[in-house]
Amino acid sequence: MANNSGLSNGERILRVLTAIAKYFLLVFASFLCVVPIVSCVVTAFKTEGEYATTNIMTLPQNWTYFTNFITVWNKVNMGKAFLNTGIILIAVLVGSIMFSAMLAYVLNRFKFHGNTIIRNLFLFATLIPGIATQVTVYQIMSGLGFVNTLYGYIILLLGSDVISIYIFLQYFENLSESLDESAILDGCSYFGVFFKILLPLTKPAIVTSMVLKGVATYNEYYMANLYLQDKMLYQTVCTALYRFTGPFGNQYNYICAGVLISLIPALVVFILCQKQIYNGLGAGAVKG
Amino acid sequence: MIKAETNSQKIKFNRWRKGMGGQKFLVGFTFLIVPLILLFVFTYLPFFKMFEFSFYKMKYLGSRTFIGLENYLDVFQRDDIFGSLKLSFYYMGGALLQMALALFFATILSFKIRGGNFFKGAIFFPFLVNGIALGFIFKFFYTRGFVLDTLLGSIGIDTNSLPYWLKDTSINNFSLVATSVWKYMGQNMVLFIGAIMSVDPNMYEAAEIDGANKWHKFIYIILPSIRTIVLLNLILSITGSLSAFEPPFVITKGNFGTSTYFVTMHTIAHENQKVGLASAMAVVLMGIIVIATLAQKLFFRYAFNEDDDGTGTSKRALQRASKRDRESSRLKARSFSRTRPGAGASAKTEHKASAFAKTERTR
Repeated sequence: MANNSGLSNGERILRVLTAIAKYFLLVFASFLCVVPIVSCVVTAFKTEGEYATTNIMTLPQNWTYFTNFITVWNKVNMGKAFLNTGIILIAVLVGSIMFSAMLAYVLNRFKFHGNTIIRNLFLFATLIPGIATQVTVYQIMSGLGFVNTLYGYIILLLGSDVISIYIFLQYFENLSESLDESAILDGCSYFGVFFKILLPLTKPAIVTSMVLKGVATYNEYYMANLYLQDKMLYQTVCTALYRFTGPFGNQYNYICAGVLISLIPALVVFILCQKQIYNGLGAGAVKG
Repeated sequence: MIKAETNSQKIKFNRWRKGMGGQKFLVGFTFLIVPLILLFVFTYLPFFKMFEFSFYKMKYLGSRTFIGLENYLDVFQRDDIFGSLKLSFYYMGGALLQMALALFFATILSFKIRGGNFFKGAIFFPFLVNGIALGFIFKFFYTRGFVLDTLLGSIGIDTNSLPYWLKDTSINNFSLVATSVWKYMGQNMVLFIGAIMSVDPNMYEAAEIDGANKWHKFIYIILPSIRTIVLLNLILSITGSLSAFEPPFVITKGNFGTSTYFVTMHTIAHENQKVGLASAMAVVLMGIIVIATLAQKLFFRYAFNEDDDGTGTSKRALQRASKRDRESSRLKARSFSRTRPGAGASAKTEHKASAFAKTERTR
């Protein structure tokens, strides 16, 4: 407050007004961002009768009315969906982190002919919009017998996104090469350098790409819809949600319950890993 | 004799395998092979096949006939296809608005503010909402008499005068663009906050001593140091607008005149099974995107007389800094001037800020 004493009255009023405007705009923006989701929460707890008779924004009578959630969970077999998504997530995360770390290690540490070419191949791949090539990827997938199998979908996801490669490339840039050099002088092999020394040091990059790639994999629906055609056996959380249009028609009290079930894991991850998500976006979105 | 020779070759090979050069080769090969195969099979093979398919009249199964450039003529002549490209302008407009809002809120939230984390989280969370959920949420939000109408009614607007947000062709594309802004504004904002945070706080102090107000700080310190990332996002948003897909796909399914280029392509490829025509569409759009990206590179190089990514001035500052460093410490200078092809903009702005602060201090 000491440095405020030198201000004239006019300046002080201006300062208070800007502060009020600032908070007003922030509250307004947050409200707009949250309102579509909150309206879903409100609706998901309403009974069918309540939903039919009350106004959309009227709060439900009973906040512990979980019947909608249970109905929805059983009707589209959400348990199976979460199991499948879990398997896909683990496989994709382990695979993509290993492959990107190895690739980034070789590209960053080894000078060889073709290094720049390989980097540029990955860079150019980011220019190709994924949805555009699905027309022909579909043919390749069916040629390989990958359509309608979990492993085919997993392999496709491993090959389709290069975000973790950039995260690791960037991270290796900042890991001093003297680490490798001294380890090699001590008689360590290149395999040893990578697995014993560098990989443990890339933990922040691993966390970042786990969070980003994890969210992307969890939210992926376009390719899942295209390639996991047996919607009972191979449904993921997103494709299970997609099936709601049929049985529940316009009964948004059920649909909203399903939407919330699909959002809960994302919300939990967000609350637990806010920092990593924010940092990871900065690292990943620029893509070199 | 021959046996001895093969033996010595074997020994040579073993020595090579165990030596550093051979090891390097083996490690390089085994580490690169899988990602490269994946890249080839799922990105480049489809990419080249697309060119091939675009000259044929074909379905997923069955025979195909070569028809030359007919598919490409169709792309430019069929109203439903070429017209759908025009919808990109809505999304470009939305992207510009989104970046302006993101920049505004990022600037506010980069400084100490009560509840800052809550606001940041609330604005960012929509980015994590999956596409299918987004579709349901906004169908519910926009349907006649539901969330939006109720909200507008509660502030005294006559609900009967409101349009059908998703069916009225004069407004439905704006409704869809709004959902895209809703989802991605927070993500842009977080990126900008990251960039603003990497500005050296000493610069604000120095500016305050010189009597700069908040607007001056924004114009002369914040904006120049995050220019790279802002421009980069601007360009990404242009190519992104051309390939806008999710909002119309999950909310209106492309009905009521909301079918963007990719939604049209999806329908042609997977519902009408006109694989050749869809491939031609993909090739045309990719051509546009590649041209736009190259144009951006040239634009930066010639219009600003700067490097690809607008860090030219910072590089000159860096060179000055590294020259000084080389005199005092050779090692430090080497790490400074080393080219960093993989480094992202946030790292660059950080370097820029520190280099800038250095030059300031020596003055």
